Amino acid sequence: MLTYLIRRLLAVVVMLVVVMLAVFGIFFLIPKWTGVDVATMFAGKQSDAAALDGIRQKLGLDDPIIVQVFDFFKGILVGRDYVSAGDTLHCSAPCFGYSFKTEQAVWPILADRLPVTLGLAVGAAVIWLLIGLAAGVVSALRRGSIWDRAAMGIALSGVSLPIYFTGLLSLAIFSYGLGLVSNEYTPIEESFPEWFSGMILPWLTLAFLFGAMYARLTRATMLEVMGEDYIRTARAKGVREPVVIRKHAMRSTLTPIITLLGVDLGALMGGAILTETTFSLPGLGQAVLKAIGEKDLPLILGVTLITASAVVVANLIVDLLYGVIDPRVRLA
Amino acid sequence: MSESHTTGASAVGEAVTDAVPARSFLEVRDLHVHFPTEDGLVKSVDGLSFRLEKGKTLGIVGESGSGKSVTSLGVMGLHTVGQYGRQKARLSGEIWLDGQELLSADPDTVRRLRGREMAMIFQDPLSALHPYFTIGHQIVEAYRVHHDVDKKAAKKRAVELLDRVGIPQPDQRVNSYPHEFSGGMRQRAMIAMSLVNNPELLIADEPTTALDVTVQAQILDLIRDLQKEFGSAVIIITHDLGVVAELADDILVMYGGRCVEYGTAEQVFYEPQHPYTWGLLGSMPRIDRAQSERLIPVKGSPPSLINIPQGCAFNPRCPYADVPEGGVTRTERPELRDVGEGHLSACHMNQADRHRIWTEEIAPKL
Repeated sequence: MLTYLIRRLLAVVVMLVVVMLAVFGIFFLIPKWTGVDVATMFAGKQSDAAALDGIRQKLGLDDPIIVQVFDFFKGILVGRDYVSAGDTLHCSAPCFGYSFKTEQAVWPILADRLPVTLGLAVGAAVIWLLIGLAAGVVSALRRGSIWDRAAMGIALSGVSLPIYFTGLLSLAIFSYGLGLVSNEYTPIEESFPEWFSGMILPWLTLAFLFGAMYARLTRATMLEVMGEDYIRTARAKGVREPVVIRKHAMRSTLTPIITLLGVDLGALMGGAILTETTFSLPGLGQAVLKAIGEKDLPLILGVTLITASAVVVANLIVDLLYGVIDPRVRLA
Repeated sequence: MSESHTTGASAVGEAVTDAVPARSFLEVRDLHVHFPTEDGLVKSVDGLSFRLEKGKTLGIVGESGSGKSVTSLGVMGLHTVGQYGRQKARLSGEIWLDGQELLSADPDTVRRLRGREMAMIFQDPLSALHPYFTIGHQIVEAYRVHHDVDKKAAKKRAVELLDRVGIPQPDQRVNSYPHEFSGGMRQRAMIAMSLVNNPELLIADEPTTALDVTVQAQILDLIRDLQKEFGSAVIIITHDLGVVAELADDILVMYGGRCVEYGTAEQVFYEPQHPYTWGLLGSMPRIDRAQSERLIPVKGSPPSLINIPQGCAFNPRCPYADVPEGGVTRTERPELRDVGEGHLSACHMNQADRHRIWTEEIAPKL
């Protein structure tokens, strides 16, 4: 198990380096291909040549690419200094540069928004796992029953209805109509009840979509597992049916669920753009949406790196969980 | 369950009357296992009866789809557990185990018997063992379901049994996972698991089919030795007559969900009384047969269990279907008849014809 762990960790480090290289490549190449000078993006079209040169020098755009890569990595790992005309601007680690639009350092902006997105993703995941697994298992075990039909009907609407429909509908009913919950985001450190009240609808809306997918997956997997020979063996041993389901069948059913959960959670860390926009949550999704509109490259890169790292880390956790669940993985 | 009993013949050769407790250790009376499907009613087992005493081995022989496995799962009560309303199997008849009728017993009573009184060895030990749990864990579970002991004592018992079935270094191997075992070892572990509660009835469903030929003989020897040691009744289900030749006291030949021939191993091997049994014997490769002689296959394929042929189920494939006069093989279903000393056969041919064909046509080619 230990060698497995070490091997996985090494793989993660390699992955992260590759991700950073790829992200840098985009940063470096896209302006070349599109013919838009990064310095112009930064300074605006009306700038004079001297100002542009200053920016080039400051961002190191004229340095050899190796030096630029090195500076980029250095910035993320230990921080870097931007030097222009005698001025030195220190950007501490992790340094993703400065926003082209607001000239603020990218990392503090992201760090501010990360907890919102994290809270949204994790909270929703807890809800969709509980609902999705329960509905999927009941549907599988009572296949063809009224429960199965009802659950799968609701699940179908869950995967079909867009977030901005279910989200707005829930806001209209529960917040504006009944006044049960808040329609504003309150940071958790200000007031936990207010935060919770503001998050419950976004959680449920996101969980409705994902819970529906998980319910369908759970049902399909469970049906398959219940037909396995080892389930028959457990019954032949005289094991009680609830134990057969809880222990023998659930364990196998969880494997694909965990895989999907890792990917989904990682991807959501890049921001659930629709949900955040619908509920006006100041998360990463909103930030990146704005950044894309403004071609604010450093901000886009920052979010991309965070998302990619989150996916890589989530997959690491999934792989380690695999090792715990399925002994065959430890050898592979 | 409410299906009316057709008072067909039984392999036991006695009229079956309801609710008379069995005298034999295991007695199956007029068992029907039907599965309603969208295409129609699948009659997997259609009126099967047999008896088995402790310490004896019954071989159930037949090709795929003849109802062998369905019978064994029926005895274990595994058709009705966990079906959750869909494609429910319909069972009728009686299954008496040690004086208790199982089909009318409540499900939890039968569950308590499973694994303790009656245990099963499955065909493919790789898929029959849970890949996520150690061998030891799975044996311990089988033991602790029926015995109120702590894990340590149960594990000791598991090691004992692994040792008994010939697994080297059982105290270490008990912590291995199924994928770390070879095929033969897995089947040994499976056997250890089935024997952990000293069951009085052991059902082995094609126990050697998934194994290497060299390992097959070892596993059969093991089953035989263990039966002597534990004194249990054994049902061995196979399509391989070689396997039953090794082990069985009695042989039941199934075709289309019914018994077509029943007798002692000697009777069935040396004086088979049914053309289907002849076919099975003819298609069995033998080392002492000259290579130039070809196997004699049973032509055609097993009947659909939804539309079982009129008359004798075997008539479309039987080379002797026209021997009895008046086309009776195509209109009337043959009943099991005693053809001497408890040897039963369900064939329309008269004894003289059968004897002539066997001695003149079949036996010389075997």
